[in-house]
Amino acid sequence: MEMPKPDPFILDRKDQLVSRLLTVLPTDAVIHAPDETRAYECDALAAYTCPPLAAVLPRSTEEVSAVLKICHEMEIPVVPRGSGTSLAGGALPTADSVILGVGRLTDVLEVDYDDRLIRVQTGRTNLSVTGAVEEDGFFYAPDPSSQLACAIAGNIAMNSGGAHCLKYGVTTNNLMGVTLVQMDGTVLALGGAHLDGDGLDLLGVICGSEGQLGIVTEATLRILPKPEGARPVLIGFDSLEVAGACVADIIKAGVLPVAIEFMDRIIIRITEDYAGAGYPDCEALLIVEVEGSEDEIDEQLALIETIARRHDPVEFRQSQSEDESAKIWLGRKSAFGATGRVADYMCLDGTIPVSELPRVLAGITDLSKKFGLRVGNVFHAGDGNMHPLIMYDANKPGDLELCEEMGAEILKLCVEVGGCLTGEHGVGIEKRDLMGHQFTEVDMEQQMRVKDVFDPKWLLNPAKVFPLDITESRRST
Amino acid sequence: MLTPESEAHLADLVRGANGPLSVRGGGTRHMPGAGDALTTAGLTGITLYEPGALTLVARAGTPMSEIEAALAAENQRLPFEPMDHRPLLGTDGAPTIGGVVAMNASGPRRIQAGACRDSLIGVRFVNGEGAVIKNGGRVMKNVTGYDLVKLLAGSRGRLGVLTEVSFKVLPAAATQVTLTLTGLSVEEGVRAMSAALASPFEVTAAAHDPQAGQTTLRLEGLAGSVTYRAKELARVLAPFGTAAQAEGDASAATWATIRDARPIAGEGDIWRVSVRPSLGPDVVARAGAQAALLDWGGGLVWVRVEAGTDLRARLDGLSGTATRVRGTGPGALHPPSHAVARLEQGIAAKFDPKGLFAGAA
Repeated sequence: MEMPKPDPFILDRKDQLVSRLLTVLPTDAVIHAPDETRAYECDALAAYTCPPLAAVLPRSTEEVSAVLKICHEMEIPVVPRGSGTSLAGGALPTADSVILGVGRLTDVLEVDYDDRLIRVQTGRTNLSVTGAVEEDGFFYAPDPSSQLACAIAGNIAMNSGGAHCLKYGVTTNNLMGVTLVQMDGTVLALGGAHLDGDGLDLLGVICGSEGQLGIVTEATLRILPKPEGARPVLIGFDSLEVAGACVADIIKAGVLPVAIEFMDRIIIRITEDYAGAGYPDCEALLIVEVEGSEDEIDEQLALIETIARRHDPVEFRQSQSEDESAKIWLGRKSAFGATGRVADYMCLDGTIPVSELPRVLAGITDLSKKFGLRVGNVFHAGDGNMHPLIMYDANKPGDLELCEEMGAEILKLCVEVGGCLTGEHGVGIEKRDLMGHQFTEVDMEQQMRVKDVFDPKWLLNPAKVFPLDITESRRST
Repeated sequence: MLTPESEAHLADLVRGANGPLSVRGGGTRHMPGAGDALTTAGLTGITLYEPGALTLVARAGTPMSEIEAALAAENQRLPFEPMDHRPLLGTDGAPTIGGVVAMNASGPRRIQAGACRDSLIGVRFVNGEGAVIKNGGRVMKNVTGYDLVKLLAGSRGRLGVLTEVSFKVLPAAATQVTLTLTGLSVEEGVRAMSAALASPFEVTAAAHDPQAGQTTLRLEGLAGSVTYRAKELARVLAPFGTAAQAEGDASAATWATIRDARPIAGEGDIWRVSVRPSLGPDVVARAGAQAALLDWGGGLVWVRVEAGTDLRARLDGLSGTATRVRGTGPGALHPPSHAVARLEQGIAAKFDPKGLFAGAA
């Protein structure tokens, strides 16, 4: 993966930068010693590393603004960082950039149950947002699998999803307002405690802009009352196609499960070896979860069972207890960890129309044979958000490159059938050079013009999202 | 009247335009415009509908009646319950799906299922330079590149001409029930709605009509579930009185009336105020309204005031937005902060450098 060459003129001014940063931040908030900046050299796309020039950890919106003003004046790129859990390299620095971490901005600023919202600083982790309201029976719906660690700032930057977004939507559907600091230090509020204003939906374009338009320091989030209960069923099938058809029928029937998760045989076996959840050995397995009171759950599951039986499942297992529910989820939740135990892997997240599931799964199998790399599929089937895990050996020369090449082929297939490159992880550097397969240059030009407005000097996270060759003229001015 | 027959034709017309264009769909929503009239009436038809994938794609000029009929045939619907502006504005003509998107028109179910912008998953549009742009697509989860879909939703034609829009749709509910409390003040009504919306019983709409003294709450879903939740919700509402129940067509009629803001019909200016729900009663008290209607649990307040009233002056200091939907005078849209205005103008200039669509706001 190519990154722009560091600008020697910036590297030469490191001392000047650090002394200026120290005029607006306390000593412990400016990290510049080479052995310490290494802590910020990568995110969860750990194959790529580069220590930044410096890292700053401000404690307030004012401090964020002061730092950005300095970097703006000195024309030094800034890479925003939440908790560093991006799988797409969203927080990967360049040697001539400053990492701006929001990890110390963790306060809850307001909780209002009458208006059903929480306002937080964005360094707060996703799970601890729910943690602040759950004793009172509320929760924050988006639940990316890294929710224990990932920060709201990163969720907003990548418009994160999760297993339950089939019912509750992704981050953008649960975000009501932000405090945004622009690259020149301007602080502004978008949205707020009210819904849908009448101006341009700038909040909507901030969410998912991968930290390229501004730094979000505060967020107003919608919270929801917790459902009375939830229960999963496990349905096993002999064929991927039939499992796919069953998903479509469930969706059409008028029940809205909170989650429909899909695993193929490779993943079933890997997770069974590791977690022993007692899954049947079959071609495809669905976990369908519904919510409500006991009676409501029974009503929905009865309908789901009727639909599933029409597809002749090899197994239909209803949970009868909390323990059984946990066991049904156990394998799914440990799928990534279990796969990591048997191989190095790369996790893709292209989304496809649900109707194309069989075709894409068949295509992935063909590519797996062609490249000689194993692929397991575990994903959110209800919304077509695939997660093929391509397994490779990091110690084998050339294997990572082969894996990336195969990943690119899978993502191109996703686009070809009417889908997209990324459903919830973001483009970052990982899918940056594939953008031309989904968008024309004119499409991308229109997006880049939005960045021109928010960040005319192209200093915020500049080497991400768009292919380097088409951003070069903007980055170098 | 310019009537492009295809997206390419539209792009040609925009590239060749020498002066401002006034773009219209069905012309039912009082969106301003200046210049040569251009209609999307030639850009019609549903281009893709996959009920099993909950996806519908249509050209922007497609009449809402055609969209609704296609969805109803598969027992599905647009989740966000778009308003029909004709009764309130006294317009006629056929509302289009493009007009719904341009206004981000969202009805009572907004509080549970999101706004139009939340169901919209893809757009194609022609910008002010006559370039055809696509963004988003036909899948529900998509974070590839910037979300211009949201930016176009509710942009009222300022950024370009929509040519095609894609939606996530949902199954229609098998059953609905409306619970109605009578005789509550606005404050009590909003408190009752807050209590209902803080319960786990998935209320899909909550409105208060001060004229009728009625507070109404809707439940939707499978029959057994709705029956159960109606019983439980009545218990939550017990401190506010005994709720009457209506089902089926009667329930649906209640919400069509609220969706289209019919209870505030009459002479005068109409405003639409968006605030946090607990401020709803304040808005009503300070507006000096001839009639008011609170939707979205109190967060959307429709008010009718004497023609020429500067409602924003009366609401000064309340956080939110006040939009004049009917009436004349300067500033129909809420004035944004200086920093936000600068960004909005910057974006409009980047999408439409010649200002062809500047009359749209």
